[in-house]
Amino acid sequence: MNIIVTVLSLAISSSVALLLASIGEMINQRAGIFNLGCEGIMSMGAFLGMLVPYAVGHGGDTPEIFNFLGLLAAMAMGALLGLFFALIVVTFRAPQGIAGIGLQMFGVGAAGTLFRHFVGGTQSVPGITTAPVPLLSRIPFAGQIFFSQNALVYLAFLLVPLSWYILFKTPWGLEVRAVGTHPRAADSIGINVTRIRYQSLAVGGALAGLAGAYLSLCQAKMFSDSIVSGRGFIAVALVYFGHWQPVKIMWGALLFSLAQTFQTIIQSYGINFPYEFAVMLPYVLVIVVLAFDRESQRLGPTALGVPFDREIRT
Amino acid sequence: MTNQFKFLYKTCIVLLAVLATMAMGAVILLAIGAPVLKTYAVIVFDPLKNIGLISEVLIRTIPLTIIALGIAVAYRSGIINIGAEGQMAMGILATTAVALALPDLPKPLLLPLVLIAGIAGGALWGAIPGLLKAKLQVSELLSTVMLNYIAEQFYTFCLRKPFLDPAEMTTGSGTPQSMRLTKNIWLTRFVSGTRLHTGIFIAIGFAIVIYLLLWKTPFGYKMRAAGSCERAARYGGINVAKYLVIAMVLSGGFAGLAGAVEICGVHHRAIQGITGGYGFSAIVVALFGGLHPAGIIPAAFFFGLLLVGGNMTQNAVGVPANMVQVLQGVIILVIVATQMILSNTYLMERIWRKTHKEASS
Repeated sequence: MNIIVTVLSLAISSSVALLLASIGEMINQRAGIFNLGCEGIMSMGAFLGMLVPYAVGHGGDTPEIFNFLGLLAAMAMGALLGLFFALIVVTFRAPQGIAGIGLQMFGVGAAGTLFRHFVGGTQSVPGITTAPVPLLSRIPFAGQIFFSQNALVYLAFLLVPLSWYILFKTPWGLEVRAVGTHPRAADSIGINVTRIRYQSLAVGGALAGLAGAYLSLCQAKMFSDSIVSGRGFIAVALVYFGHWQPVKIMWGALLFSLAQTFQTIIQSYGINFPYEFAVMLPYVLVIVVLAFDRESQRLGPTALGVPFDREIRT
Repeated sequence: MTNQFKFLYKTCIVLLAVLATMAMGAVILLAIGAPVLKTYAVIVFDPLKNIGLISEVLIRTIPLTIIALGIAVAYRSGIINIGAEGQMAMGILATTAVALALPDLPKPLLLPLVLIAGIAGGALWGAIPGLLKAKLQVSELLSTVMLNYIAEQFYTFCLRKPFLDPAEMTTGSGTPQSMRLTKNIWLTRFVSGTRLHTGIFIAIGFAIVIYLLLWKTPFGYKMRAAGSCERAARYGGINVAKYLVIAMVLSGGFAGLAGAVEICGVHHRAIQGITGGYGFSAIVVALFGGLHPAGIIPAAFFFGLLLVGGNMTQNAVGVPANMVQVLQGVIILVIVATQMILSNTYLMERIWRKTHKEASS
């Protein structure tokens, strides 16, 4: 029983980075932008998230406010990189797939460069500690699994209904979906396609930055070059898996982090099984899901990945 | 619009693009307080100081050229292969496996055999995303990235278990690497005192082959047609899906060959970190070289220069080697944006009218 509780609570806490990033990516894709640079934004977020508390406390005790400032810095940088990507793919209308690779290399490289200069070697930060919910956390099993996490976990799961509400019940959400489905129609009724795409990339970038900061501040409590290790790409795949719906994306994030915890179980319980194959599992799962989920090819935003040009008749 | 104006306009755009690249790199350099111009100078000129360094640049040019050729073939056929890293790793594994299994074969037989094994390993790994895209419409961007991570893990597993050097087992240091492979697969080092090996001729040879294949045969024409306009190609009776798979197999094969050449020419054994980002750098090389063999060779040399220069900045100006990755990312972004600006004839016309009016008034 103890193992199950550990595994489930670990799966929930490690699903948060995927969840935040893929909700951000979902907003991008709903607006018609395929942002493959998510990985790079997460890297920069992870670096900035740990840099702020580290610069103040040098790895020792740091007032909680600086962790919060770290999160904010990561979000700001994420939004900035999102806007930069918007400049390339919305204003200059560059092909999004290859531009995303560029952003990924830029982000990962910049985080590595800055990290070596400002921090140097492996340095840990106290990070964000768990904040058990009063009363609820005392429920047997469920309390330990669901309500003994850190504050960002609750926030991330609150974001699921919130993003659903924003996307499907607010005027801005409608505009985002219109721009991603039929930009010409949206344009004809006076929606500024460029502006909405810039906005959604800023929001999506901020969430990816936050996801990165979660990795460095809550999960690893340090930064390393391989801290994101493909989570940004899995987050993009999760959007396909979740059919561009927040709730389905949440289930996807949980499923994939469960697959990731498999590796932790094997290593910590000394099961005789080559751990490399356990590490592979989530990546294999992505390919299998993409290959056999035929629905996801019909449900995507129709203008996904297509640059919009007012001047060209289609 | 005069031709002179067109030329001037295009030159200006390209110059602006170069400036934009340097400016974006400068943002990061300024953030770490490094001298901007001096860093660029170190990266570009220091590796050309002596013959030893130039040979190191050429050694990096070899895999970059080979992989970039494959990526260009795929890109021309309408599929973006970002899985070269994994395909190269699989090529290395196949090469190592054959060399370990048949160490006693004579060199004229074994060397081609291991190179073919490398090609086969990469081609198989490349075939997976190709088939997934052709049959199940899975985005190759996601599948190739995932296959990179899978190959990376499989690579470590192979070095740790089946291919592990018996000497490592007895001394017990546990470094995951294979034993030193038989001399019968070594490529000759033809400049004494350097590691420069005959793989460079393999790279140049394949560049010519790719040029002939893509531009001088009906087969290549069909591939390029499938890539440049899928619907028109299909209307013209070209089986687009088939050429997609072939392109990915070729692309993976090239990455695998690059891995095999690295083993036979440089490392002589499978160790960790051989791929070392070549798969991603080669994407930049392919784009920078205009997806054409004649452009790819100089582009590969330039990025080989960057890779060697990047390792020198730490000592010279205190800039970490990761800076090269930043520059590569920026270069991709600038290239794709610049291409769109250059192909925008409307913009060119608007600027022509503006300047023309000013000139006349």
